[in-house]
Formats: sequence, C-alpha cells, structure tokens
Amino acid sequence: MGRVLREKYTRQPTPFCPGCGHGIFLNAFLHAVDELGLDFDKTVFVSGIGCGAWVPSPHFQADTLHVTHGRAVAFATGVKTANPDLNVIVIGGDGDIATIGGNHLIHAARRNLPLKVFCLNNFLYGMTGGQVSATTPQGDITSTTRQGNPERPFDLVDLARGAGAPYVARFPVSQPRKLKRGIINALSFDQFAFMDVLSLCPTQYGRANRAKRGYEGPSMIWSMLEHQKGTVAPREKLDSENPEGKIPIGEWYAES
Amino acid sequence: MSRFEAMDGNAATAEAMRQINPDVVPAYPITPQTSTVQTFSQFVADGEVDTEFIRVESEHSAMAACIGASAAGGRVMTATSANGLALMWEMVYIAASNRTPIVMTVVNRALSGPINIHCDHSDSMGARDAGWIQLFGENPQEGYDNCIQAVRIAEHEDVLLPVMSMYDGFITSHGLERVQIEDDGAIKDFVGPFTAHEALLDVDHPVTYGPLDFYDFYMEHKRQQVEGMKHARRVILEVAADFEKRFGRHYGFFDGYRLDDAELALVVLSSTAGTARSVVDDLRSQGLKVGLLKPRVFRPFPAEELADALRDKAVVGVMDRSDSFGALGGPLFMELSAAFKIHDVPAKTVDYVFGLGGRDTTPDQIESVFRDLAGIAETGKIQQPVTYLGVRE
Repeated sequence: MGRVLREKYTRQPTPFCPGCGHGIFLNAFLHAVDELGLDFDKTVFVSGIGCGAWVPSPHFQADTLHVTHGRAVAFATGVKTANPDLNVIVIGGDGDIATIGGNHLIHAARRNLPLKVFCLNNFLYGMTGGQVSATTPQGDITSTTRQGNPERPFDLVDLARGAGAPYVARFPVSQPRKLKRGIINALSFDQFAFMDVLSLCPTQYGRANRAKRGYEGPSMIWSMLEHQKGTVAPREKLDSENPEGKIPIGEWYAES
Repeated sequence: MSRFEAMDGNAATAEAMRQINPDVVPAYPITPQTSTVQTFSQFVADGEVDTEFIRVESEHSAMAACIGASAAGGRVMTATSANGLALMWEMVYIAASNRTPIVMTVVNRALSGPINIHCDHSDSMGARDAGWIQLFGENPQEGYDNCIQAVRIAEHEDVLLPVMSMYDGFITSHGLERVQIEDDGAIKDFVGPFTAHEALLDVDHPVTYGPLDFYDFYMEHKRQQVEGMKHARRVILEVAADFEKRFGRHYGFFDGYRLDDAELALVVLSSTAGTARSVVDDLRSQGLKVGLLKPRVFRPFPAEELADALRDKAVVGVMDRSDSFGALGGPLFMELSAAFKIHDVPAKTVDYVFGLGGRDTTPDQIESVFRDLAGIAETGKIQQPVTYLGVRE
C-alpha cells in the first residue's frame, strides 16, 4: 500500500498472516476509494467476526461498527435505513457473510437497499482454525473435514443474483487491477452491490490442501496465487458449457 | 485399564465424546470451544466413532439439529461457548421443554459486547432459567468426568432433561493438565446403551413434539419440567455414587475444602477454586480459620445442602464470575442469599464480582476477600454488599 494511502485512510498496520489475500483486497479497496474520492467522513463500515471483518475495523480511519458473527448485513440495513445519506459498506468473510449470515445476505439482495457488500472468500473459517464453510469446495480438506468436504459449496454469484442483487461481481486477489476497477464500479453503483472476492488463506486452506492442490515450490503463497489465476476466466470468454470448469469472474448487472 | 495423559479440557472432553460414541453431533466452531468438536471431527474422519457429524451453518441450527436428532431417538451431543450459546437461545429453551436429553459442553466465555473471547460465566449464567441441568467443572479431569456423568443424568427416565457441562475458557479448555482417562469399555458400560423415549419415527406409536399448547395444558407441562429437575437432584447423586464406585473419583453437589471447622467461607465456581485452595492453605498456616466451597451443580440449585454446609459460618463470601446488571449481585450470590433466607442460615454474606472477560484473578485478590470477611466477622458490619475485584474505578 502506498505510504500516502496508508496515512490517509488507515490507523495501524494490518495483523494478517503472510500471504493473506485480504491485504491485497485492502490495498485495492483503498486505491479504489482514493480514485473515487469516497468521503470516509460520510462512510460507515460494518463488519462481523473473522479475518475479513478486520479489514475495516479497527484499521480504517472511518466509523466502524464491529458486530456479532453473521449479522453485519442486518446491522448495515439498520444503519442505512436510519441515515440514508451515509455510504454503508460491509466487508467480511465467507463464513460470516455467506454461511452463518447467509440469510441476511439473500434478504438484503432482495430488499435492494443501496448497501455494498464485499465477501472476502477464502473457502473456510480462517480465524477460528480452518473449519469448513458454505463455500469450501467439495472434497477439500479443512480441520472439520479431514477426509474432504462431503457437501457442495454455494456459488455466491449465483446465490446473490438469484436473490435479486442488481449488481454482482467476482474478482480474484491475484488480479488486483481488475479487482480495483470492480470495487470502483460497486461503490459507484446506486443500488445493492455484492462482490465475491476470491481471497487466499495460506495459513489454513493452503497448508491443509497443499498436497491435494499441488501448491509447489518453496513459496506456497506464490503457488496459490498462480493456481488462483489459472482457475478463473473472464465470464465473457466462457461459453455456457465451460468444459474446463473455470470460475467465471467479472460483473453481472441485472437486466432492467 | 485407565491411563494418565496430559490433556487440555477440550481434548479431554473430545476423548469423553469418543468413548460415549453419540449417534449425532451437530456443531459449529466458536472460540474457545472449537478444538473440542474439531478433535471429535478427527475421530469421525478416522472411523473411531459411529457418529453422524453435521457441520451446521450456525449454532441456532446446531441446537435445532440436536433437538431433531434427539426427538428422532438418537443420543446427541454438541459443544459451544458464549455467543454461540446466545445464538442458540431460542432452541436451548425448546430442548429442555421437549425433554430431549442432549448433552452440551459449554466452555465458559464472556458474552459480547464488546467482543471478548476470554473466560467468564455470563454465557451459561444467562441460560440458568432455560431448564437445563448445569454442572461446573474446575479442571480438564472434571470436564471429562462431568461430560460422562451428564449422559447418564440427562437420559435417566425420571429426568429426561438436557445437561450443560461447563469449564473455564482458555484457563481449563486450553490448559494442559494430568487427566485420568478411563478404559473405553468401562465408559461404555457406565453410560450404557441409549434408550429412546417417545421417539419420532416409531410408526406404530406416533408422537408430536412441540405443537400449540395454550392455557389448557401448558402449565401442566411446565410443572412436569419442574418435576424432572426435582428428580435430577436424586439422580445426580446416584450417578455420582456409581461413578465413584467404578472410577474412584468423588462427586456431589459441591466440593468443600477445609470447610468443616472454618469460620470464614468462600464460595466460587470452576477454575478459580484451584487458586482459592492455595490461599486457604496459606491463611490456615497463619491461623485464620478459612475454608472453601466449590459448587458443582448450579441447576438444580442444591439450596438445602449448601445452606447446611454453610450454616455455622460467621461470614460467607461469594465470588461471581458474571454480573446480573441491576440485580442485588451476581447470580451465585443471589441464589445463595435466597437459600440462606429460606433455610434460616444466620451467616452474613457478601459478593465479589471478579474475572469478567478473562481479567486475571490473583491469590492476593482472593486473600483480600478473606481479609474483608474477617473484618466483617469482627465488626459485624457489611460496608459494601457487592465489590468488584481488580477493576479500575
């Protein structure tokens, strides 16, 4: 993160593990904020429990509401309703926003208040010790699925679109410029916006799935980034068949 | 043959769960309980138990799944802490009202907010009126032993109530201690086979759980819950007696330490009792007649037995690791004060709220409590009914 951005928008260094994708998101987010000229004095960040929730609170020099596990979107609904002039932004992880709080996400999408929800998806509960979440790919190893996850994950883009979100996006942290552009679009959108940010958790997910995924070489983190780049493709380039099983990235606007 | 191992409270509890081999465990991770069910999930993955392990999406769902599985005729266990228990709240009451004998380990942690992951008893004390039997353990050994006894207590046909087994977050859950682990077969014999009562899925005897129940019968059903709790008082002691016969470790409603001839008594739950015991020894060597009472069973509250044990004391100091805001003091103090009144115990009582959110409680602080009690005994006057230990004021 540039020194200027750091001094302008943050209060303290981040506590994330080496190689955590959340730091890349934080960087991209602040670049987007600066480019857009988003006024932090008129912005409230709401976050729940987990590593992703630590991006805004206590790091940003803005008002933050740090709430219970899963409820950030519901609290944010209250904030926006009480004071519609505020920019209300939710940042959290997949365990928080899509698993224990999944119900709030779909109802916020349905209600379509102009909230911005960024889900930093690292495919498991990082902070509590790497347990399975609703986005853990089937067959992957977590600390509560030692033989591989037997259940199917949510596709968060499909979930949010199905619930009626008029702007949905997915970008990986391995493509930070695209990610930043997407954040700008999400923040400038005048209705509910949801982004599935494909993040990385080397500490929990990387270690547990190193053998299975073939994260090779001395730097597992670099290998994870390379792997992430290889598994995604712009949605425009994928036909409906998608024989290679790539994860589509990009933006989905509701046809209105 | 039993064996000794170095285990923390969560590992010992997971070991107890492995030996009990429940039919269904729905669970959700929350600090400091996490490693209990995480260790247990490893047993499931390794095929060491026959349990269906459900990785639910929230604690509310965990307890809902527990109730469903128990009503369907399974032996069911889970574990949680603090906000996890709070999120279960609705279901915690339903579990007791449906008389589903679920056993849940609650690793005590402060109930947010602000967010805190360290120990106090506000989580399980908040659930004290939910209709669950509540056992508090001091160390990993007691966590292990209580978990095993809880199954027998809950499933007794005169009780059929869910049981919470508590121990202190981090202090006990993550503190490595020497634990005596009994033989798998001996534990299997002790807990016995599971007998379902009025189970769903018995097509010849269909039953309904939890339908509308208004002013015509609701009160009778609540009265039956009271009856179950009354029976629990007897069953808890019977199970403890059988446990002692088989494994040699004594359990009851409470544990006294140098209490019989004590003039000043301290009442405190869970791990702090360990610290208090060393303070009692120190003060005894200085000639002060002090003693300790550590309750094990909080629900059903053994009022008469506690009153009898403390009847001849000059002053009784209660240490509460949770507060009841706007009330007369902490929950343990209020219950004990009521017990003293009802059973005509003349001892003076004062309350000390301590250790909220994991605030360290030192031997010096406990000694200051005893000095305080000695002052009250000497002057006959209570300056302050509730004191907050180690707080900036």
